[in-house]
Amino acid sequence: MEAIAVNDLSKLYSTRDGTVQALQQISFSVSEGEFVAVVGPSGCGKSTLLKILAGILPPSRGEARLRGTPITTPRRDIGVVFQSPVLLPWRNVLDNVLLPIDVQRLGRGGHLKIAMDLLSLVELVGFERRYPWELSGGMQQRVAITRALIHDPAMLLMDEPFGALDAMTREQMNLELQRIWLERKKTVLFITHSIPEAVFLADRVLVLTPRPGRIIDDVQVKIPRPRALEVMNFPEFAPYVHSIRRQFDAKGMIDS
Amino acid sequence: MKSLRNVALTILLFCSSIIAWELIVRIFEVPTFIFPAPSKVAMALWRGFASGLYQKHLSHTLLETVLGFLLGSALGFFLGTAVALNRYVEYFFYPYIVMFQSLPKVALAPLIVVWFGLGLKSQVINAALVAFFPLLVNTMVGLKSADEDRLNLMRSLAASESQIFWMLRLPNALPFVMAGLDVAMIFALIGAIVAEFVGARAGLGMLIQSMNFNMDVSGQFSVLLILSVVGLLLNRCILLIRRRILFWDPSEKERLERERIAL
Repeated sequence: MEAIAVNDLSKLYSTRDGTVQALQQISFSVSEGEFVAVVGPSGCGKSTLLKILAGILPPSRGEARLRGTPITTPRRDIGVVFQSPVLLPWRNVLDNVLLPIDVQRLGRGGHLKIAMDLLSLVELVGFERRYPWELSGGMQQRVAITRALIHDPAMLLMDEPFGALDAMTREQMNLELQRIWLERKKTVLFITHSIPEAVFLADRVLVLTPRPGRIIDDVQVKIPRPRALEVMNFPEFAPYVHSIRRQFDAKGMIDS
Repeated sequence: MKSLRNVALTILLFCSSIIAWELIVRIFEVPTFIFPAPSKVAMALWRGFASGLYQKHLSHTLLETVLGFLLGSALGFFLGTAVALNRYVEYFFYPYIVMFQSLPKVALAPLIVVWFGLGLKSQVINAALVAFFPLLVNTMVGLKSADEDRLNLMRSLAASESQIFWMLRLPNALPFVMAGLDVAMIFALIGAIVAEFVGARAGLGMLIQSMNFNMDVSGQFSVLLILSVVGLLLNRCILLIRRRILFWDPSEKERLERERIAL
């Protein structure tokens, strides 16, 4: 069954110097429980795509559907993880995690245990009463992931969630995300500009090129899970990275 | 150990400057009606409090200040909220607000005395007028300064506008509002004193005026001393409230750090 179906999606922005085509006739689908990464250099419309899928930006043409219904306005069955953790500093960890429950009036009582289970999944037990400033960047982003999962959404949208972390923490978070995904089997759309990260995490990598943003390749990653970090040194890993990078080189783009 | 030494140094510095002041006034025989020695000021202070005169005027000024502060900041907060939330209110009212803001509010004091008389009412109104603007401007800026990422987060959760206000905009504006209250408190005191200068039956400002007519400069100094202590204490009250409410604010944590160093 298709979780996400994107059909002929285009987005135009009008700026002072005329219109800019951020996305041009994008079509793809994501199966239920699949982990799909979208990789592309900056300015390729990755964030535009995410905002459209999150329902906070309307498309100019075409449509995106989630479990069969078109995404036109923000929906309650989507969890979003942004580039920065975006935690509210006046709420402690637990209250931040329960924000979607408060907003959607789902009742805290029934969700306290779910929140605690999720916090133990991301190894943050004992930190529920702490405030965001007391946590490291990696821990903050784990809180953000927990918050995105609390209302049991049909799809998890992640917009370069580990881009602001240092390389070591980033690798650690990649491992954790894989562990969480293997345990929860959510449908994930993961946006990144790091090709190795995309290949390491995803079942499928969509290659997006900028100006106008369009999908030029759809790569199946057939590396068995769970994948350890050493996978990146395995002989089957490099060809994926090479073939994706070649597509950007061919278009004259120098970006990771 | 270091904190103890700093406290000792502070006391030493204070005492030595008082002694220096006393000595300079005595050696150069400065007349009391120009610049009184600290001993004269202390005596005036003692006399004032012993007779109950200062308590009476002090309580009057305090009442005006606090009432004016509450009234002015409440009005400023609500109007600031209305302007920040409603484009029409902003469009139609903001030009007048800006115009009115550039006016020195104390210049309105004589008019207010004409309209509301010499009683408590006109001093409270004057204090409120002066305290009003810091709150209005800060509330407006605070409510509009919600981070785009946080707004996107709330929108992605399908939050309604009123939820975004209560869960995001309002707490986000609190540091600004508290900074506004900080200023408004002192402004209210200024407004009250100026109103008393212009015309009042009681209050420390009125007392300063009458002492001035009588060339009682030591008395004026003693009242000025009271006023600065009052200002300091009122400011401390706001800081205490601020610390309780804004424990999560980064600037509040910096302030705590600084104070730890200072002590």
